[in-house]
Amino acid sequence: MRNAIPVLGVVAAIMVVWYLAAVWMNAQWTRDQAARAGIEVSFADIVADTLAQDRPRLPAPHQVLLELHALTWTEEVHSRRGIVQSGSLSNRSLVHHGLVTLSATFLGFAFGAGFGILLAIGIVHDRATDMSVMPWAIASQTIPIVAIAPMIIVVLNSIGISGLVPKAIIAAYLSFFPVVVGMVKGLRSPDAMQMDLLRTYSASSFQALWKLRMPASMPYLFASLKVGIAASLVGTIVAELPLGGAGLGTRLLAGSYYGQTIQIWATLLVAAILAATMVGVIGAVQRMTLTRMGMAQ
Amino acid sequence: MKDTMNTPSAVIEARGVGLTFETADGPVHALKDVNLSIGKGDFVSFIGPSGCGKTTLLRAIAALEHPTEGTLTVNGMTPDEARRARAYGYVFQAAGLYPWRTIAGNVKLPLEIMGYSRAEQQARVEKVLSLVELDGFGRKFPWQLSGGMQQRASIARALAFDADILLMDEPFGALDEIVRDRLNEELLKLWAATGKTIGFVTHSIPEAVYLSTRIVVMSPRPGRITDVIDSPLPRERPLEIRDTPEFIAIAHRVREGLRAGHLDD
Repeated sequence: MRNAIPVLGVVAAIMVVWYLAAVWMNAQWTRDQAARAGIEVSFADIVADTLAQDRPRLPAPHQVLLELHALTWTEEVHSRRGIVQSGSLSNRSLVHHGLVTLSATFLGFAFGAGFGILLAIGIVHDRATDMSVMPWAIASQTIPIVAIAPMIIVVLNSIGISGLVPKAIIAAYLSFFPVVVGMVKGLRSPDAMQMDLLRTYSASSFQALWKLRMPASMPYLFASLKVGIAASLVGTIVAELPLGGAGLGTRLLAGSYYGQTIQIWATLLVAAILAATMVGVIGAVQRMTLTRMGMAQ
Repeated sequence: MKDTMNTPSAVIEARGVGLTFETADGPVHALKDVNLSIGKGDFVSFIGPSGCGKTTLLRAIAALEHPTEGTLTVNGMTPDEARRARAYGYVFQAAGLYPWRTIAGNVKLPLEIMGYSRAEQQARVEKVLSLVELDGFGRKFPWQLSGGMQQRASIARALAFDADILLMDEPFGALDEIVRDRLNEELLKLWAATGKTIGFVTHSIPEAVYLSTRIVVMSPRPGRITDVIDSPLPRERPLEIRDTPEFIAIAHRVREGLRAGHLDD
């Protein structure tokens, strides 16, 4: 209970700032409309109008939530094209677009995390790999993903790879890096004494990896998986921007073409909910695993 | 009853062993001209101030360091060959048990690595756990055990594959005096029951005198042996033996040896 007060306090503060910003940013349009129509507006009129515009510069929180409800529950349950009446998800609904994005995110995350773990194993066991691969891995992350994503998609399309895979590759591009960094640290975490002990058994480096380095790296692995899956979602959304079809990124771009600010914010909210849920799930798996392994902090 | 030393069948033999570490500040002589012969069934303690090379010597015997001069043999082989022949078990200062394995799982670790069959692993784990008086603790996790019990488990782990030599690097250094006394007593029992050759690094004079048939006194810069004392104490030693004049006389000689090592600094 004591923790709830600061949490709710922060949420309330954000809401207050958000509403004030919405009134302030949308007021100009209200005044312009009133001037064009030649009518006087009171301050109360301005406030009421700024929180109920169709295409506000900054939608108010309640508008975003109503839009989210309309594009999920209402669309799927009550609309002709929704899953209840047509048997398949509506192509207008954020449930549909969210699931498309989620599948590419998961595929990309699996690629990225798997590749990252393998790369980390290579780096820990071989100095040459460490020195030759690590600079490239770091360099890869300094290139803005929005610049490189369309190129990757075009190149892959030209060799006949389209659909889920190009998006997943860009998601993997962003998510492998935190996994590499975290796993290199984790695989190197056993101290000299632990390594000496295995040497007295004449253990092979594979045995050392499997019996000591891997289990010891688990806390590091989970920390980097949390960063990795969020990065994977960002990568997928960025990859979807230049693509037609479905996905949250596509919806974001469509929304900005048509000035549908409320829809953009509702889409962003869906992305945020997805990210929070995925990180939360990994956190739960982490707690369960580390408690079972006797390594919970 | 005095132990006969320099038995013809030396288990560990060092001749003119020297070990120099190359560091950024120039070479450090960790060991210089070490000559020593350890017979089968001996309990040998290495004692000296920090930096005297006692741990380095133990590590060299275990092939964790490699001498730069002289010859060192274990069971007539080089330390590396002896390691591959599973000649010794090593106990470190920290128990170093894997938190994700049970006590039995930890003791099993070397057996898994060395490829023992499952049935054999099970039988050996039970045998060594009872040897260190940890019967019934196999299913517990390390954090459920006290520090002394964890160190006993790590001794069981070193005994699991039945090496003839047990090398111990300040195994009780991190434990309090009461627990230490008890573990010393148990270690002597274990030694009597198994007949292993034990190399034991310590910086405690009473511990060295109480446990050993032979005390190797070392001094630093460069690390070398200043005195080797063959203990006249009987093999069977109750804790009260520490109040006897014989015990006090040996402890005195060890202390003199340590002091002499410091004087010619």
